[in-house]
Amino acid sequence: MKMITKLLAGATLGLTMAGPVLAQDDPTKVGFIYIGPVGDGGWTYEHDQGRLAVEEEFGDAVETVYQENVPESADAERAITQMALSGADLIFTTSFGYMDPTMAVAEKFPDVKFEHATGYKRADNVSTYSARFYEGRAIQGHIAGNLTESNIIGYIGSFPIPEVIRGMNAAFLHAKKVNPDVEFKIVWAFTWFDPAKEADAAKALIDQGADVVLQHTDSTAPQAAAQEAGGVYTFGQASDMSEYAPMPRVSSIIDDWAPYYIARTQAVMDGTWESTDTWDGIGPGMVGIGEITDAVPADVKEEALALKDAIASGEYHPFTGPINKQDGSVWLAEGETADDGTLLGMDFFVEGINAEIPN
Amino acid sequence: MDSINPILLIASLMVASTPILLAALGEMVVEKAGVLNLGVEGMMITGAVVGFAIGVNSGSSALGFVSAALAGAALSMVFAIITQVLLANQVATGLGLTLFGLGLSSLIGKPYVGVKAPGFAKLDIPFLSDIPVLGPILFRHDPMVYLSLILVAVVWYLLARTRVGLILRAVGENHAAAHALGYKVVRVRFAAIATGGAMAGLGGAYVSLVRVPQWVEGMTAGAGWIALAIVVFASWRPWRILLGAYLFGGITVLQLNLQAAGSSIPVEYLSMSPYLVTILVLVIISVRGNHGAPGSLGRVFHASQ
Amino acid sequence: MSLFRLEKRPAPSSLLSGLTPILAVLATMVAGGVMFAILGFQPLEAIRTIFWDPLFDPQFGPYSRPQLLVKAGPLILIAIGLALGFKAGIWNIGAEGQYIMGAVVGGGVGLAFYPSESPLIFPLMVFAGAFGGWVWASIPAVLKTTFGTNEILVSLMLVYVAENILASMASGILRNPDGQGFPGSRNLARDYPAASNPELIADTGMHWGVVAAFIAVILAYVLMTRHKMGFAIRLAGEAPRAARFAGVSPTRLILFCLGTAGALAGLAGLFEVTGPAGQITIDFNSGYGFTAIIVAFLGRLHPVGILFAGLLMALTYIGGELAQLMLGMPAAAIQLFQGMLLFFLLAMDVFANYRLRIGQPEVTS
Repeated sequence: MKMITKLLAGATLGLTMAGPVLAQDDPTKVGFIYIGPVGDGGWTYEHDQGRLAVEEEFGDAVETVYQENVPESADAERAITQMALSGADLIFTTSFGYMDPTMAVAEKFPDVKFEHATGYKRADNVSTYSARFYEGRAIQGHIAGNLTESNIIGYIGSFPIPEVIRGMNAAFLHAKKVNPDVEFKIVWAFTWFDPAKEADAAKALIDQGADVVLQHTDSTAPQAAAQEAGGVYTFGQASDMSEYAPMPRVSSIIDDWAPYYIARTQAVMDGTWESTDTWDGIGPGMVGIGEITDAVPADVKEEALALKDAIASGEYHPFTGPINKQDGSVWLAEGETADDGTLLGMDFFVEGINAEIPN
Repeated sequence: MDSINPILLIASLMVASTPILLAALGEMVVEKAGVLNLGVEGMMITGAVVGFAIGVNSGSSALGFVSAALAGAALSMVFAIITQVLLANQVATGLGLTLFGLGLSSLIGKPYVGVKAPGFAKLDIPFLSDIPVLGPILFRHDPMVYLSLILVAVVWYLLARTRVGLILRAVGENHAAAHALGYKVVRVRFAAIATGGAMAGLGGAYVSLVRVPQWVEGMTAGAGWIALAIVVFASWRPWRILLGAYLFGGITVLQLNLQAAGSSIPVEYLSMSPYLVTILVLVIISVRGNHGAPGSLGRVFHASQ
Repeated sequence: MSLFRLEKRPAPSSLLSGLTPILAVLATMVAGGVMFAILGFQPLEAIRTIFWDPLFDPQFGPYSRPQLLVKAGPLILIAIGLALGFKAGIWNIGAEGQYIMGAVVGGGVGLAFYPSESPLIFPLMVFAGAFGGWVWASIPAVLKTTFGTNEILVSLMLVYVAENILASMASGILRNPDGQGFPGSRNLARDYPAASNPELIADTGMHWGVVAAFIAVILAYVLMTRHKMGFAIRLAGEAPRAARFAGVSPTRLILFCLGTAGALAGLAGLFEVTGPAGQITIDFNSGYGFTAIIVAFLGRLHPVGILFAGLLMALTYIGGELAQLMLGMPAAAIQLFQGMLLFFLLAMDVFANYRLRIGQPEVTS
């Protein structure tokens, strides 16, 4: 009997909730569309940490909703539309492939604010935001170039897209700077997330002499493979992956979306939200460098932190000339720094990387 | 090219192949009994999460493997009841089992994301592991690699040499005739399905406890489908299952090694190579006219037929 | 076992055939409700969100109802083709790959003519999409008829090959030249009117793919009931030996069934990529080819059944999304729920084909 009353209570509660009323003092509703499960331990996990930070910051003044595992297909447009219909005031779409669906939905809901991660299309109610992960890659490259004894650094790439290529170039340039003999071996996994394949890729690289493995895929499988092999260094990707510290994980690049998400939510609450294009790095705190462990020699750690500070303050740009493209042609002259346009569409390797970009 | 070390390559292909070997071997037993269970992926992922959870909580990977086998078998009983008692279509039920297993596993696994695996010691067999070349290839693996090889032999022996195997094959070849001879068709099939479930569970736990090792949602990433393919590829023969699994695992590992070695073959072709080679070998096998699919495979059995 | 037993009906009960799906849905609601309660959700609210809100909620209904057609369209189109083969005992489980190839080939043909405004572009793409799927399905068909190679395996392996081709195309030759180096093709639906597959009547969800799905249902029904090929398919599935005596050519049957399924899956991919999805991206496919297998069986391999099964499946997807959104239910719980629904539908089916008898059989066989 108790059960039945409980059930009925649930039903009435549900019915009242379904009403399309949006009172003035309603909490600000913030929605998130995720490409993977929140339990992926990497990309989506960090976005969800950002969502939780928004909840913590604003308490009852916000309500957050999310939808996970949304494919970058027709399903995305529906998921975003339903979120807008449900009364969301601000919606973060957290994967590149949501770009056109976000634009399409934004046209239909001019009063809802949209924030699309890693894309380049904007509108009056659509902002874009992304993180300069390559700044973190430069620091990784610096540490990796110092640590390697075999002079072979393995790199697991996901897809040959500008984001990944930029990271490889940044890491390579800075590894090369401290260790002219360094060589990059690159494996394209053609997946963002397939732990077994990532583990195999890491093993293949280690078997071929790599003693540092960098990854641009999202699972911690390469960390585990490196741990098992012993004597191999890795870096956390997207997430701190500190469970593998102090070895093999000697540092990490952390996507810290919380400050941005909190700021944007605040802007919506204050009515000051405007369409912007944000590409932040270490300075504003969107890219975090996870603790550098004691497995890294003290002097290298010091240099790395100095590099981090220089990048954060804007005093140093990781792509500062002279830099040649892979074919030997000049990309950046002495002292010249890369412009954002070229970086965003980067589809070439720099000189010295002995590999080809698929296609 | 010369940076590829064949010894390490073989050693790592054995590890990469073990999950699909276990699952494929189990599925072969199921199919030999005349049942097609397409839910291998669902049972593997359930085994992966249960094995990991029990392994972490008890600190013992061995206990994790045992639990994974039990979980796989338990889940397979859902399939057995629906297809054997309620006589539903096996293809659809198997697909449903995969859907069900994927959902179930991620619910169970929520608290285990980002938790470290308990670790599983390798058997460093004294003397043998020091043999040059063969030592590192053959004698420095974890116990599950050896268990999977032993299971191949056991399954082969049971099927080919024992009365149990004879009954199983009779049921799979012609269930009406087997029934007429007085064999308990449904009971035999229940046992076969449970065996298949247990071995898929073991395969899944190998992924989460040894090969990766950690729990992440959807981590078997299609290994169950590959296992199904290998059963057909092997024409339902245990030793060919071993060959097929190692071949597939070998090409997967080799293509990553070729990439790392800077091979000039375009990456797109390399990454589709395991599937293309499987098709090619399959065609070669079928040209030689060797099929051997059990006669009653996938058909509904009802005693009054 | 001896307490009750199943006795085969001479012909499936038409009353129960109609009733069992409804009973199964009800049983799923009960079992699912228990599961939702265990997970800490209000069961009735959860069930209502999944089954009722997409259709009748004043807030979501007007948007979700047309979306049912958008989601069900490709499922039905693919399932119709698959069912032909399944009826004949030909197991194509690689529709996902055929779907991808339809989108890649059809979309590729359209992109090759960018920015043409010719009204012939779209029909040409439709043809190319069907062709792409047909070719991809014909590979296992030809290998089976020539060498006797198992089609389950080949069609499945070709899914992975197609996924690799898709990834390579989306980041290679089909990449949008104006896309700043990002992977993914031009948006066919938004930026290329001659190649787009728009909503035909505003706010109905009807696009050419949905129209094609309805046509396919009708044609398949006619084929199965009125045409010689339909007879051959049924005969081959039910009594292969009799079929051979009746002069049914297995080769023709395999080429027809796989080819048709491939062409329909290719069409589904083309209509999706030119309409709801809009562009060819690295992971444009989202499992329609596999879900369609479930739809085919849920619909009992019957064209009209498939129509309803496709709509029901679409309802659980969209309702599941709403449950995630409104109740914060994890996606995994929805997957589990869909698995349950399938189990109950399959399990209940037994009562349409068999009679439940209590007690010992009169004659032991």
